[in-house]
Amino acid sequence: MIRFTRVTKEFPRTGIALREVSFHIARGEFVFLTGPSGAGKSTILKLCYLDQRPSDGEVRVAGMSSVAIRGGDVSKLRRRLGVIFQDFRLLEDRTVEANIGFALEVTGAPTDSIAPKVARLLSQVGLSSKATAFPAELSGGEQQRVAIARALANDPALVIADEPTGNLDERATRGVFQLLRDINAAGTTIIMATHDLDLVKRAECRTLELNHGALVFDSAAPGATVLARDEGTV
Amino acid sequence: MSLATREALRGFRRSPVLSLLSITTIAFSLYAFALFGLVALNIRSALAQVEDRVEIRAFVVDGTAAEATSAASGDIGAFPEVQSVTLVTSEQALERARKELGEFSDVFEAGILPASLDVRLKPGFRDPATVKAVAERLKSYDFTDDVRYGEEWVQKLYRIRNIATLAGLVLGLAFAGVAVIIVGSTIRMSVLARAREIAIMRLVGATDGFIRSPFLIDGTLKGTLGGMLALGLTWVSYSLITRYVIAAQFFDVRLVIAGVAAGAVLGFVGSALSVSRHLRSV
Repeated sequence: MIRFTRVTKEFPRTGIALREVSFHIARGEFVFLTGPSGAGKSTILKLCYLDQRPSDGEVRVAGMSSVAIRGGDVSKLRRRLGVIFQDFRLLEDRTVEANIGFALEVTGAPTDSIAPKVARLLSQVGLSSKATAFPAELSGGEQQRVAIARALANDPALVIADEPTGNLDERATRGVFQLLRDINAAGTTIIMATHDLDLVKRAECRTLELNHGALVFDSAAPGATVLARDEGTV
Repeated sequence: MSLATREALRGFRRSPVLSLLSITTIAFSLYAFALFGLVALNIRSALAQVEDRVEIRAFVVDGTAAEATSAASGDIGAFPEVQSVTLVTSEQALERARKELGEFSDVFEAGILPASLDVRLKPGFRDPATVKAVAERLKSYDFTDDVRYGEEWVQKLYRIRNIATLAGLVLGLAFAGVAVIIVGSTIRMSVLARAREIAIMRLVGATDGFIRSPFLIDGTLKGTLGGMLALGLTWVSYSLITRYVIAAQFFDVRLVIAGVAAGAVLGFVGSALSVSRHLRSV
């Protein structure tokens, strides 16, 4: 589903964010991306949905390559992905159902298919009773559920979650995480960046750890050894 | 109603003050341009009226046979620059002088004034060089006594016309440039106010063309409304000027439509540039 091959990302002003990172995530996996702030987690996720392009190397996501993809195909790729953020990124002046419907409308879904699909997604994330509420009337956990429902609107093969529980309390974190596990159990690949090491330990999923732009640990690697964590250099 | 139209109207509803501000800004920048256009139009029209009076008068030697002047008249009328040739007899010249000049009112005898061929030139051939060239050709006829066309006056008129055209072009371009910048900035504010929606649209896979469309509708609508408001303001100004200052000329229907269409185009282009710039930067 995702393959990074010797991917380097360099920014003109801040320098190297990722250096020769390689990994592969198979269809149906649930993978944590961990590491301290500035390690390159968000950069990896942005490369996955091609918000950024690698300076060197190749990113392949859902069969599309960062090397070969044309500008117009990026939107096609994104319709096959769902993206979730720590700050939810909902439209404050639209109801919950309008926020979810918006993702369907702007990608050209047939009008008569939108309402039933939104109802199904709301039921899936447990928010059927909040369909007409505005984001400001919901708790953080509920807002994140709306964002997840929106991410699922186009039946993505891959969900990319950037610190989705970062703004949530313990209980909401558990609820959102369980929802993501359920989505994964239904066959959707999930890559989730997080700082929450307790969550990572409890979940027992594959973990990729980054430090200073380098991949220093992959729990799926043979022997699951630390790759470069103790070297202090990358 | 299409999603793009609904989204464009939502922008109007959600931030009516910003929308009104945009329309008013577009209207005032177009209004300044229209006022300038109105001045330019009236100056041009006044100059055209004066230019219309450019005439070459070839005085005919006394005693020239009528057949000769008549034949020459047909000959001269065939010049590409010439609009009309009128043969003015000695009697007609006196009659005209009596009408135009009081001191001739007591003159009873015909023959005191020479007959002449009055030549008018086509528009576009009234510049000093052409006038002089035609005058020279008229002089070459045997029966021509003298040719007059107010050389200095034609030169002055043409200088004024050239200055007015140049000033009109420079000022017009400056006004149009200012209007484009103001409209572009105004629409950029609308784009920035909806940056979050744009980001979400992109994230879920909306194409750039799809993202642009509500903004293009929004800009075109604002440009059209701004153009209509500018037209109204210009009409009021024109009415006041005509009533209290000087009888002026207003734009004809074609120019009115072109003015409102210019507002629409300005809004469309301003939106297209602003949203494209924004999409490139995010």
